Amino acid sequence: MPEPKIKVRGLSKHFAVKSRRFTAIDNIDLDIRGGEFFCIVGPSGCGKTTLLRILAGLEQQDSGRFDIAAGEGADRGRSAAPQNSMVFQEQSIFPWMTVRDNVAFGLKARGIGKTERYAVADRFIDKVGLSGFASALPHQLSGGMKQRVSIARAFANDPEILLMDEPFAALDEQTKLILQVELLRIWEETRKSVLYVTHSIDEAIVLADRIMIMSARPGRIKEIIDVSAVFPRPRRVESVKSSAQYGELFGRVWSQLRDEVATAAASANEAGAQREGGGKS
Amino acid sequence: MTFGTLSTTDLVKDGDREPWRLTTRQIELGLSILSPIVLLAAWEFAARAGWIDLRFFPAPSQVFVEAAAMIRSGQLIEDVLISLQRIVIGFTIGAVPGVVIGLAMGLFGKVRAIIQPLVDATFPIPKIAILPLFILILGLGEESKYAIIATAVIYLVLLNTAAGVRNIDRIYLDVGRNYRAGKWMMFTDVALPGALPMIFAGLKLGMGVALLVIVSAEFVGARSGIGYLIWTSWQTFQVEQMYVGLMVSAVLGFATTALIDALERVLVPWKRH
Ligand SMILES: Nc1ncnc2c1ncn2[C@@H]1O[C@H](COP(=O)(O)OP(=O)(O)OP(=O)(O)O)[C@@H](O)[C@H]1O
Ligand SMILES: [Mg+2]
Repeated sequence: MPEPKIKVRGLSKHFAVKSRRFTAIDNIDLDIRGGEFFCIVGPSGCGKTTLLRILAGLEQQDSGRFDIAAGEGADRGRSAAPQNSMVFQEQSIFPWMTVRDNVAFGLKARGIGKTERYAVADRFIDKVGLSGFASALPHQLSGGMKQRVSIARAFANDPEILLMDEPFAALDEQTKLILQVELLRIWEETRKSVLYVTHSIDEAIVLADRIMIMSARPGRIKEIIDVSAVFPRPRRVESVKSSAQYGELFGRVWSQLRDEVATAAASANEAGAQREGGGKS
Repeated sequence: MTFGTLSTTDLVKDGDREPWRLTTRQIELGLSILSPIVLLAAWEFAARAGWIDLRFFPAPSQVFVEAAAMIRSGQLIEDVLISLQRIVIGFTIGAVPGVVIGLAMGLFGKVRAIIQPLVDATFPIPKIAILPLFILILGLGEESKYAIIATAVIYLVLLNTAAGVRNIDRIYLDVGRNYRAGKWMMFTDVALPGALPMIFAGLKLGMGVALLVIVSAEFVGARSGIGYLIWTSWQTFQVEQMYVGLMVSAVLGFATTALIDALERVLVPWKRH
């Protein structure tokens, strides 16, 4: 078996809220292969975003380590391919930049000249189906179009790995379906390793090679389910959804997830009750 | 936390509207032009009908006649220009360091720690109260006028700029870090544009205060300018002239605000106006 692209060992992170310490993610071990599409599902608040932010270098872990393998021939100069690019859970494209400048942002940070970075940006703007909107400002775009810009920005940066945090969560079903198909197409072309967080079991099955299910707080790995064995690549979203194995797989993921969601809901209630009680005294 | 993903409209195009229908913007513009005209007409009518005391409220037509005479004599133009010059120079002297210091305060905790207490301690002083001190130091010439305007402007611009930087959504700073933007790019591509809407809010407030301060300063410490014109016409009881002064200061306030608005539309096109 080849060296994994991402190697995570014993990763943990604690937060302190009102001087009470709690564990957000606990002892995560992971191996992600090069070119793998890896989905993470888990109840709200189990630490999915935290895990991605640590890998993105936006948060510091308390213990454990991770390693992202450099691509072949990678020198670590300023304009070299960056380690990772993140697509954020919330709206994150700069309102004051045109679509083109947004998509070219990472390239500009790497010191790549205007002509070259605009050429690359335009190529990815085409790929996400926004040709004709390169000079538009974000406020002129719909929510779905903004997420496309965000995805183009990440892919245009040509990172070693992509970290995507529920990029389609705020979109309607139809737009989501279209963007999933597009994402799969771009990913097939580039074959980056992707870590993809989602709340939707359906989305995870359609996109993933493997699905990792996380437990409610503290966030641990509960199970990893292999999807690529059931649905080989390249995939057609429609045929995946209409196949017999789809329902069976859905059931497997849900049975794992159900207890965790219930636990998370119960502990959230408890915390809420405590807070209310504290407020009265 | 979703933010700004609510808009479901695609590109907003004005051209799609039926031609005979006025846009909301056009209707609002029409109403804004109409309301002062209606007020003036009512006033004129009341003055001619003898319902109001002409010693205090001369008919608008009388005021316009007076204004025309003052323009012909060249006195009005001179007063307006000198006040305008004081405002422009004083405003610039206040606004430019206001933006720079405000950005530094927003970006660097240490700068904020040094400047903030000084600002907090001196901000409540009514700016016009410092005028005697400035006249004492700088004399009755132009410098004391520039100084008093600059002092009034710098606070508002500085405070708004600093708040603008600090209120930039955290997500944009995260994006900057994740995409490895350097310090300079963080400043030019994230902090400055992100703070621009608030900077403009500060500039507009500053311009309003600049007008207020210059007119009051010219009441007592000047031999020219709109404030001086209003003050002397009171002393000689030339009410029409006083109204011309009031009218001109209103026009000046309107024009300077319009200028800043126009600049804002060019520099902050992503903000909905
Ligand atoms: N900066 C922080 N300070 C304190 N607590 C935090 C911080 N960031 C996250 N947390 C807490 O850590 C836990 C995990 O948060 P995280 O955002 O990773 O959850 P998530 O799995 O992404 O949830 P969701 O699915 O709702 O996005 C939550 O309980 C959250 O309140
Ligand atoms: Mg999250």
